[in-house]
Amino acid sequence: MQKFNTLKSIPAYLPIVNIDTDMIIPKQFLKTIKRTGLGKNLFFEMRYDDNGKEINDFVLNQEPFNNSKILIAGNNFGCGSSREHAPWALLDFGITCVISSSYADIFYSNCFKNGILPIILEEEKIKELSEYANRKEEIAVDLNDQKIIYGNNEIKFEIDPFKKKCLLEGLDDIALSLKKSDKIQNFENQLKDKRPWVFND
Amino acid sequence: MSTTLYDKIWNDHLVDQQEDGTALLFVDRHLIHEVTSPQAFEGLRNSNRKVRHPNLTLAVADHNVPTTDRTKGISDEESKIQVDTLESNCKEFGVQLFGMDDKRQGIVHIIGPEQGFTQPGTVIVCGDSHTATHGAFGSLAFGIGTSEVEHVLATQTLVQKKAKNFRINVNGTLPLGVTSKDVILQIIGKIGTAGGTGCVVEYAGDLIRSLSVEQRMTICNMTIEGGARAGLIAPDEKIFEYLNGKPMSPKGENWEKALEYWKSLKTDADASFDKEINLNANEILPMITWGTSPQDVITIDGKVPNPQNEKDEDKKNSIERALKYMGLTPDMAATDIKIDKVFIGSCTNGRIEDLREAAKILKDKKISSHVDAIVVPGSGLVKEQAEQEGLDKIFVNSGFEWREPGCSMCLAMNADKLKPEERCASTSNRNFEGRQGRGGRTHLVSPGMAAAAAISGNLDDVRKYQN
Repeated sequence: MQKFNTLKSIPAYLPIVNIDTDMIIPKQFLKTIKRTGLGKNLFFEMRYDDNGKEINDFVLNQEPFNNSKILIAGNNFGCGSSREHAPWALLDFGITCVISSSYADIFYSNCFKNGILPIILEEEKIKELSEYANRKEEIAVDLNDQKIIYGNNEIKFEIDPFKKKCLLEGLDDIALSLKKSDKIQNFENQLKDKRPWVFND
Repeated sequence: MSTTLYDKIWNDHLVDQQEDGTALLFVDRHLIHEVTSPQAFEGLRNSNRKVRHPNLTLAVADHNVPTTDRTKGISDEESKIQVDTLESNCKEFGVQLFGMDDKRQGIVHIIGPEQGFTQPGTVIVCGDSHTATHGAFGSLAFGIGTSEVEHVLATQTLVQKKAKNFRINVNGTLPLGVTSKDVILQIIGKIGTAGGTGCVVEYAGDLIRSLSVEQRMTICNMTIEGGARAGLIAPDEKIFEYLNGKPMSPKGENWEKALEYWKSLKTDADASFDKEINLNANEILPMITWGTSPQDVITIDGKVPNPQNEKDEDKKNSIERALKYMGLTPDMAATDIKIDKVFIGSCTNGRIEDLREAAKILKDKKISSHVDAIVVPGSGLVKEQAEQEGLDKIFVNSGFEWREPGCSMCLAMNADKLKPEERCASTSNRNFEGRQGRGGRTHLVSPGMAAAAAISGNLDDVRKYQN
């Protein structure tokens, strides 16, 4: 997994609440058996018209937002389906940081598995940051210090320390858990005594 | 210390817990399907890892499968590759698969309970957000992403943080024609689509206890639409009776041991919850959704909202956007909404009791001439049961098409989809923009309400059709 440390970008602002994963990547693109190549279909329905032509009004079709690495959006971002294709599509487009006042649980945890930092801020602060998108000015994100730097200001944000460590170091979850193989084996041995039916034997 | 049902299941599955609270949780049951698993198997292959417990894993193709004549195979090339990939992955890693020609094939959340793979007190996961369905059996069941699918395949565990406890009590009795679908739509309308974020919901109260096993599944299924990853109900005699004798249920001595454990699975009387709400079942009416989020609910005797009455600017914009997409005018009556299609099926309402409920309304009636309607049974076994009861004939005689099992028009990954601006009364779980096809307009309803809409040609009150 790609490490996340610091990031500087003009943010793109999508002022819609409850952006669901069907909006982020519609189902016709879930037929892939790969993780890559989904960026061109990110926000497909909002981004292209019936003839497949880019809709000029949509923010990610406009300069400089077509190169934004930071997306600011309304609350409950990523609700709906568990499809990891949603963070894959964001990542493939080049977005590695999302800022919203809240996220759906599954989407939130999927982000961390893909090197994407989802930042939670109060609505008020989001409005403040969105001004930078409107003015096409850069903001910077520093994960280590847990802060966003904009103009002469800074905002701190909260993040789970373990998730932070995994992002900073680009750690592979499975390798970490496999280091606990002995504990898993012990648990399974006890389970065979306590709830033998679980193993379908 | 007093604990909740969720606490108990959590504690019984803790393999390890770090100081920061990050836990490694044992997974008893892992369901997989063709859409969210290929990249996970690919990951295993690239790292030279195996599936730790193939016999705790069950696979089925459901999202992409055609619901019409299957002897021709899958015509869509990409869908076919995905289904074939699942088959070859299952073979390579030794995982049991119900193939497209197996009569046990069906929607992953319908076949788990049917086979007795779903059991009380287990941790069940699947790369699908509607995994919450299995919580009806008193299991901790939730949807995961593909990276987590790979993690479970490799380790039979999952990295998790404990969620909050949220109890929703529903007491009283439901009026005639009102179903568990209306209950869950009412709940989502009340708490909102983010109301349960960060929580595991326990449904309790005498109404919940009075529901059948299948009706409970409908409620737990849509928990995710209220933002909570899992929803569960304490198991009782109805659950034990349902599971007794199912192919994958415990047998003999194991059954007795399991039963003893399952009976202990309930929230202590004085356990505390982080959040709690109460609903009166007597006051719940048949519901519909009018907008593009499952929280956009009104009663069938209600009116579509008017954005002018909304003071909050974000909410006002959101209503305007939804009305525009849905092609509705403010303040119009729900029963004035004319529909083009009806879809009965999905992991929410594709079980035998759902089909019986719709068939009861449709018996000896014809659907409106401008309506196209399909029934997609949730599994091959549901289909077989329905045919034995003659339900297929009732549907076909009324003008419905009787299809093969799968996810179908719930998410329109196969050929079943709405055209732009087509309007559908659907028993599924999501009315998002484009969910049932680009530009398609979805109104979520119960199976009885879907049948009533098919007959009337408009969204209609199922209570008019009750004998």
